[in-house]
Amino acid sequence: MSTLTALARAQAVVAGRAQPIATVRHLHVHPRPLVLIPLAMAGEANAPLAAMAGTDRSAPRLLVVAQPRNRSHRFAFAAELAELLVPYVDSFTAETEAVAVDRGRDVRHRFTDAPQLWVPNTGGVDFLRLFGRSTRFRSTEGEYAVPPSVPLLGRWLTFFANAAEVAGSSLLLNAVQALGLHWASGQSSAEDAQLAALLGWISPPPGRTGAEAALMAEDPQLFPPAGPATDPVFDNHVLAPLMSTADPDVAALTEVLHAQLLPTWELMWRTLDLLRELPPGARVAGRWDSDRDTYSGFVQHLAEGGPPQPRRDGAVAAAARLHRLENAATRYAVQRAFDDPLVMAEYRLTGAAFVGDVTLAKADRIDDSGKRPVLRPRIMVVTTETVRVEPGATLSSPQRPGQKALVISVTAVDEKTEVLLELSGGMGRKLVAEPGSVPEVGERLLLTTLSEAYRPGGAFPEPDRTPWTHGGPPVAFEPSEAGSEQADQQ
Amino acid sequence: MTAGLDRLRGGTPPKRHNARTIAALTGNPGCTRRAVLDAAGVDKPRLAQRIGFPGSFGQSRFALARGNGFEAMLKADDCALLREVLAGCLRLDVSGAYDDLGEDADDTLAARHGRTRELLAEAAGAALIDHPLLTLDVAGQRVFLEPDLIAFQAEGRLHVVEIKSFAIVDGQADSAKVSAAAVQAAVYALALRRLLAELGHDPALVSHDVVLVCTENFSLQPVAVVLDVRKQLSTLERQLTRLASVSSLAAELPEQVSFDVALPPADLIAALAHVEARYAPECLSTCELAVYCRHEAAGSTAALGRPVRDALGGVDTVAEALALAAGTATPSEEQAEAAALLQAAARLRAEIL
Repeated sequence: MSTLTALARAQAVVAGRAQPIATVRHLHVHPRPLVLIPLAMAGEANAPLAAMAGTDRSAPRLLVVAQPRNRSHRFAFAAELAELLVPYVDSFTAETEAVAVDRGRDVRHRFTDAPQLWVPNTGGVDFLRLFGRSTRFRSTEGEYAVPPSVPLLGRWLTFFANAAEVAGSSLLLNAVQALGLHWASGQSSAEDAQLAALLGWISPPPGRTGAEAALMAEDPQLFPPAGPATDPVFDNHVLAPLMSTADPDVAALTEVLHAQLLPTWELMWRTLDLLRELPPGARVAGRWDSDRDTYSGFVQHLAEGGPPQPRRDGAVAAAARLHRLENAATRYAVQRAFDDPLVMAEYRLTGAAFVGDVTLAKADRIDDSGKRPVLRPRIMVVTTETVRVEPGATLSSPQRPGQKALVISVTAVDEKTEVLLELSGGMGRKLVAEPGSVPEVGERLLLTTLSEAYRPGGAFPEPDRTPWTHGGPPVAFEPSEAGSEQADQQ
Repeated sequence: MTAGLDRLRGGTPPKRHNARTIAALTGNPGCTRRAVLDAAGVDKPRLAQRIGFPGSFGQSRFALARGNGFEAMLKADDCALLREVLAGCLRLDVSGAYDDLGEDADDTLAARHGRTRELLAEAAGAALIDHPLLTLDVAGQRVFLEPDLIAFQAEGRLHVVEIKSFAIVDGQADSAKVSAAAVQAAVYALALRRLLAELGHDPALVSHDVVLVCTENFSLQPVAVVLDVRKQLSTLERQLTRLASVSSLAAELPEQVSFDVALPPADLIAALAHVEARYAPECLSTCELAVYCRHEAAGSTAALGRPVRDALGGVDTVAEALALAAGTATPSEEQAEAAALLQAAARLRAEIL
């Protein structure tokens, strides 16, 4: 926890209301998202009990499993969910746009939009991942045949769950994390995990403090858990009597589950409203472009009859994936800081970024020590903030992202620090800098060690050349499941 | 149990420790309140309810039913299925006898403990000992452990077998559930080791490799995995020695302090004030009294969680942290650095917002 966020939490306690920790929205909010609230049967291995889903706030669809322990009931639920989700994810393939690749030597096409799923919490994401795992390998023929939509649903759910691991992706979002990215409540992060309590702090009802609202939200009678786990009292006193008969009353079950899910459904849309009120960060659209790329790629993979995602990645695939995730996390952290002064403030506090005034500037300095002369202006920046950079480090500034500033010297003078910098890039191709491209004396400048520079992908061997140290080449995909799972829970 | 501790509880029968309560106790060893209440066998859920801060620690019938069903399935036909997964996992002979020492009941405690000792004393006793009754010294108190394990004896060594009904999917399980199971198994392994030592055997005969039997993927098929609990064992031993002697704590309490749940709530709250709690948000999921302690800790930085408290320079209250940030309070020498950071943070927030 950074000092800045911790301070915001302390301020929230005293203010009785959550405090902002971001000035812009750091995620894409789709105009037509699919909200999905899954409930699981307690004790079972990810057996669905119910789900409330839809793209229309006023018309939620409720799916109910009358007997979650019954295999055919579970797959009937999967087929129903597929009927709802697959048409939604397919509805963004109408238009494509051309994107230049390889420095304009080639083009590829991607869809102009992509789907976006919202679940209440990380538990919801895990539920979707496991439900995807339990459905994507199902056979559509033979003794335990399921409708073709079931394995397709599984592959889509796995796609979304994998996307959710990528920092900055907005394909599958969870409300608790999305809110926690923008507000600090006056309670612990363990308590924040409850969506109703967190929203209580962010927008308490009139006349109540955040603490009071959060306390109220802990009453499962008023605010049932946002899933996938259910309230044990509800299980024991409402659900169990209804389910203990051989032929459960589906109408009655639907009614009680509707009542359990509806409060969370409302909270989900309130979350979306709150986030929409924030202006989007400048780099959010760029990340959504990457999401559209990922989506387009997966649609193509399905269209070409590609295999389902493996149970576990092979060594090469896992290494490549880890590399992509690390790159995405780094890029996301930098972009958030560049988009949002409040996030950048975290780096200013630790000395990885500082704001100072330009006191000297030699814009026409030429370095002619090399083969040909190059433009290398120097500026002096004076700051009162903590500076933790060494000579030789390269800094950049969100004001001029294409320009690099090499630290020549760092000198502490009284309470201030003088930093001498040599600039390169972003000044045009001539030996005279373009107007405005070199900071002028008197300009207030933010400099940071964070860099938006392109990070190359890693070099990994082909999967069939996996070295023996990493288990050797992976075994080819086989579509049938092991016998133990065919038998399943009855 | 000493008379002093019994007095604290009043007329009600004592609640017994189990592996879960010991694990929770060692999870927050600095909490005197929990140590005293648990040692005295006070019914904490009842107490919390009496003083108006009930916790929610219910368990779903569905979860219990599945757990029991899974266990029954494993133990059916003289533990046929359990033997099969154990043999596959440990590569040991599992053909020995199965001995169930009986269900959990207060009146058979001593008898069951005696029988447990007998069985363990014979080197070539039963291979599978179900519901053995163990004891452990916790904070100067000898506590009986509610049995929920099978001790598996083969080639002179003992393995703790924990049956859990959560799923292992593609070799991966919920990490929180696995670590909770590992700590519980470590409690049993430790108790078994102490018992063997008492019987004059080598405590190292109890393996630090415990066997976790779970369900595989989305089926009810069992799968066994070996967990190395050496780390949990050493943590546990360290924490148990650190727990202050509860008897002496209890002895220092004034005469009128009592946690008899028959007393009026005001008296109970007054009594609680005599034993200091050390609240942390993690308590909410492990201690029945946590909601009250959280109420009591309102305004403290600890209530916001350890990371927040640390980031605020370790000061005790939110008010103090904000005063340091605003520069209205004079920091002590060791607070100087934290105060400077807080002031810088406050300045930045004020500048941007």
